Amino acid sequence: MTKTDPFVKNPVEVQKKLIENINAYPKPARIMHICGTHERTIAKYGIRSLLPERIEVLSGPGCPVCVTPDDDIDAAILLAKKGLTVVTFGDMLRVPGTEESLFDARAEGADVRMVYSIDDAVKLAEENPDKEIVFFSIGFETTIPTTAAAVLRGFPSNFSVYTSLKLTPPAINLLVQDINVDAFIAPGHVAVITGTVPYDDFAKAGYPIAVAGFESYDILYGIKMLLDQMAAGESIVENAYMRAVKTDGNPIAIKMMNDVFDVVDVEWRGLGVIPESGYRLKEKYEAYDAAVKYKAIYEDSLNELREIRKKKKKNCICATILTGKATPADCPMFEKACKPTNPIGPCMVSDEGMCHSWYKYCRD
Amino acid sequence: MARENKISMEHGAGGQQMQSLIGETILKNLTNTKAGSVGLDSLDDGATISLDREFLNVNPAAELVMTTDSHVVKPIFFPGGDIGKVAVCGAINDLAVMGAKPLAISSGMIIPEGFNITDLEKIVKSMNSALEEIGVPLITGDTKTIEGTALDSIIINIAAIGLCDSPVRDCGLQVGDKIIISGFIADHGMALLTKREGFEFNSDLESDTAPLWGMLEPILSVSAESGERAVTAMKDPTRGGVADSLNEMAQKSNVGIQIYEEKLPIREAVITSCEMLGLDPLEIANEGKAVIGVRPEFAEEVLALLKKHPYGKDAAVIGEVVAEKPGKVILISELGSTRYVDVPTGDPIPRVC
Repeated sequence: MTKTDPFVKNPVEVQKKLIENINAYPKPARIMHICGTHERTIAKYGIRSLLPERIEVLSGPGCPVCVTPDDDIDAAILLAKKGLTVVTFGDMLRVPGTEESLFDARAEGADVRMVYSIDDAVKLAEENPDKEIVFFSIGFETTIPTTAAAVLRGFPSNFSVYTSLKLTPPAINLLVQDINVDAFIAPGHVAVITGTVPYDDFAKAGYPIAVAGFESYDILYGIKMLLDQMAAGESIVENAYMRAVKTDGNPIAIKMMNDVFDVVDVEWRGLGVIPESGYRLKEKYEAYDAAVKYKAIYEDSLNELREIRKKKKKNCICATILTGKATPADCPMFEKACKPTNPIGPCMVSDEGMCHSWYKYCRD
Repeated sequence: MARENKISMEHGAGGQQMQSLIGETILKNLTNTKAGSVGLDSLDDGATISLDREFLNVNPAAELVMTTDSHVVKPIFFPGGDIGKVAVCGAINDLAVMGAKPLAISSGMIIPEGFNITDLEKIVKSMNSALEEIGVPLITGDTKTIEGTALDSIIINIAAIGLCDSPVRDCGLQVGDKIIISGFIADHGMALLTKREGFEFNSDLESDTAPLWGMLEPILSVSAESGERAVTAMKDPTRGGVADSLNEMAQKSNVGIQIYEEKLPIREAVITSCEMLGLDPLEIANEGKAVIGVRPEFAEEVLALLKKHPYGKDAAVIGEVVAEKPGKVILISELGSTRYVDVPTGDPIPRVC
């Protein structure tokens, strides 16, 4: 299971050497990653079990499914319940909104389907001209270019997109205002698109940054880079994922995103509204925007759900966990009221959430 | 397509159409329909199974084992098998991992109107070839049709009866036992997932669906001089994958299980597609594998016997049973890192990015 990377052979000896180097760092260090796939890699390879206790690896807000707010999930559920076909990524289906998940809505008869890409959703619309297809588009810079490219190619008239798209740098910016972390592992897949430039400001603010890939080797290499910087009293942006990430990223993808979307303030589950942290389709693509096209049919019901939501008190400390000030074990609901089968906060919903990962891999 | 080639409500109504469906599509395609004096071809109210009195005399503790399973599969035809083969193998394998020689099976089919009769015939033929392979008859059956609005595809229920000298349980693991898996894991689930609607995903993966009695029978007779059987526990890791089976065995036996990542037999194509979809091969379904606990001194002998059989040629020892952390399964990586292998939650779902 470890021998998959076509570029790096993940040689055990090299990794053991890295682990030795990491263990030689004498002081405590709190390192945060901000990527769901990093959390998976770390959990799957048991990276935390290889590190001394003084070196902690924490999970920030890195999972697009986890940070999708109730409001967007509720809107998608309402669209499905009003007779439209809602199509989205598999792991979005389980996430509970105010009262239910898209899976629950499907069990009640709503037409909710799972795809692996927006192109499959468009194909579904072409094959079913009598159905109105809404693609519930979630994700970070990693998946946004595929949506942008699909918009530029154009959609059939029975297809629209409900966007819940997020940009990572504004979230990190919010995090570093008040955070108990020494250094960051930056997400390799995001940096493939954005390049490493957006991280320069955080390095200037005093945080060592290492952009890392998704093999155990990549993570260990990234951690070693960060500890070397800390030992030298430096904070710069380093690239531990040279085989995929360029300093300037992918200019074509960046241009496509800028052509199709406006930057707007959006809500993040657990973190609230973050200024200029998301995308909405530009006005000229309004015909494709389900939030415009179908607003009238779900708005009243959504307002009712917002009222219900205000009254529900969630005793959840996800926001504190996401800023590195608590671990899942500190949460009174962890493993009790909040489990993968009944997730309450964002960190438990997807495989990539910190709480889910702790529940799955680290629990005693 | 001609209307006559589709299932209609009349096919389930007990009249002529039903007789002809059973005769032409089902009975005609089954080689072996008798386990006693009354078999399926008699179309009586039930079927009989004659008893092996000699076996019963020699094995006073012998017991019948019975199992039942209903099958819905999407898509019904997939690389390496179809719903008929999976249904038969599922039942046979449930008996086999209990240490029971399959004697006979029944088949109950619920078919929606509009279902293609040619497809039904293909399904019956494939059930037959799985049964022929291990010499087990299908002795009684039932067919119902149902409105197309109520059901979108066929459901097959198989019940199977087998005979064992003493049952192999899934709770019998003992500290020190070696854990063997009989071959490559996760082939079935990944072959289906990558062929399912919505995934434009090309792979050459084939389901591992296979009847395992032929492979497992020889290892059951490996025993110590005291008569103690070498095999202590068995399970067929279907839905929920090897992770689910190992957890169940660890919990029921109240022992810990340690497995070694680099020893798990997993095909490169399965690893790659799991990586891409964000899935764990340990949680993906198999339909032709067994997880086996064996006393350590017999591990090599049992492994060699498994490897002699075509379905067991890639069998491997993947770990051992320990006293620590009872009820838990721990995966140890080549780097020496450890993590729990948890019970999967729901069906595996691909991730967004």
